[in-house]
Amino acid sequence: MNKTLKTIGAPSMEELRCSAAFPEKKDYQRGPIAIIECTEEIPCNPCETVCPKGAIKVGDPITNLPTIDFDLCSGCGICAAKCPGLAIYILDVNYTENEALIMFPFEYLPFPERGETVSLVNRLGDTVCPGRVESVLSSKSYDHTTLISVAFPKQYYEDVVSMKKLG
Amino acid sequence: MKKYEVVVVGAGPAGLSAAIECARAGAKVLVADENNKPGGQLFKQIHKFFGSKEHKAGVRGIYIGEQLLKETENLSIEVWLGSEVCGIDADKSVWIIKNKEESCCVKAERIIIASGATENSIAFEGWTLPGVMGAGAAQTMMNCYRVLPGKRVLMIGSGNVGVIVSYQLLQAGAEVVGIVEAASALGGYGVHTAKVRRAGVPFYTGYTVKRGIGEKYIEAAEIVKLDSDWKHIPGSEKILTADTICLAVGLTPLIELAWLAGCRFTYSAKLGGHIPVHNKYMETTVKGIYIAGDVSGIEEASTAMEEGRLAGISAAWSLGYYDDQEAEILIEEEWRKLNLLRCGQFGVNRKVSKDEILNKWEEMRNE
Repeated sequence: MNKTLKTIGAPSMEELRCSAAFPEKKDYQRGPIAIIECTEEIPCNPCETVCPKGAIKVGDPITNLPTIDFDLCSGCGICAAKCPGLAIYILDVNYTENEALIMFPFEYLPFPERGETVSLVNRLGDTVCPGRVESVLSSKSYDHTTLISVAFPKQYYEDVVSMKKLG
Repeated sequence: MKKYEVVVVGAGPAGLSAAIECARAGAKVLVADENNKPGGQLFKQIHKFFGSKEHKAGVRGIYIGEQLLKETENLSIEVWLGSEVCGIDADKSVWIIKNKEESCCVKAERIIIASGATENSIAFEGWTLPGVMGAGAAQTMMNCYRVLPGKRVLMIGSGNVGVIVSYQLLQAGAEVVGIVEAASALGGYGVHTAKVRRAGVPFYTGYTVKRGIGEKYIEAAEIVKLDSDWKHIPGSEKILTADTICLAVGLTPLIELAWLAGCRFTYSAKLGGHIPVHNKYMETTVKGIYIAGDVSGIEEASTAMEEGRLAGISAAWSLGYYDDQEAEILIEEEWRKLNLLRCGQFGVNRKVSKDEILNKWEEMRNE
């Protein structure tokens, strides 16, 4: 369990698919959903307490891995902004006919601008494809974690998790 | 001689939490800290903390520090900064070099030692060259003084300190050329390792640093793979260009004052070294002397704050500010919160080690 995570630093797709919160193929078709990449039992539950829909459950003890009810998740992104581990992003695989949209937490300056083309990366930090920035969301309640939405070719929806830092 | 009901040594998360609990209960408290600013390490913790709401999860460490300082101020707690505590006598006289210039002695009825920890180091060829530093030192330079310690940094150690400081180096604009981990598995939380990995930082698992290379300062580092006996594997060396080597190889509790005070000790490798034996009220083997935070075993700021509260409540109780029933309720509540932070695959080992220390206290009491 978590062998790849504990040797190269990032989880493999197999490790992610073993975790309860990771979506199955059909879940991606519901519109934007929260993808939680949290596969280790650490004492942490802000995702549960901030979810306005009650979709995410951690329960007691707080080291339980989170689970998510995709029937309730609206992909609002509050959990993505609040997760102290920056381990959640929002994915809408059917953003347009050919594009998916990812909204991920980002804490590196400078921020990209809307419309800018950025390099999207996989879990190892390798460039996967270019993407078009659709929005850059900051809010006082996000406390300096910014949510960046980027549209990209949908065939890469399982690989893309973030963008290359600028500057 | 000035008299206080409680003297707290250290104004970090544990010490301030302890002082707040004592003052809230009604006790007259003095907090002394050798640093010029209170807050201990909290003001360089710019990341969001884990835990649950009651542990201030999701709040950045700097803001938790600000909240503690505000409570300290609201309770009019006396805080001496730049004031090193250098001795504790058997009659609970506390020797302090106040403001780095005046040697003075205050009398305490209870003492809470929350002296924290110091960074470990490892020796290798070239380790005295400028550019080799503790990860905590790099973090202080960046986050407290806005100085980038280097442009290309190699991190030694993949525990939470190593990965968090690596992330903060990236945020500050440095490049992290790699994170080296001697063990066969990475030490820090997976969410932290994943965060730096997707930023392109490679992990060298099963490697150690062999030497720092440079004439007058670090210009590169040589790392080498280790076999199952932790021996260098010849031919596996790699040279990485770097101007800084950060060491994140653990912490050791700062126990000198507890030694001076006559506390008895036990050794716990998992908790960072020699630990003053204490009971569930955080009282050491010397009656009236309590400990809290990293000095009682290396953990995190979240646990340090809960332990501080526990020590503060216990000290206030022993001074008569709570009756037994009130104290038991408050103490049980602190233990509930502590236990939440000490479960799961990372916490359970700390829980076991902490329990061993409590058992040791019982053993020593019965001797």
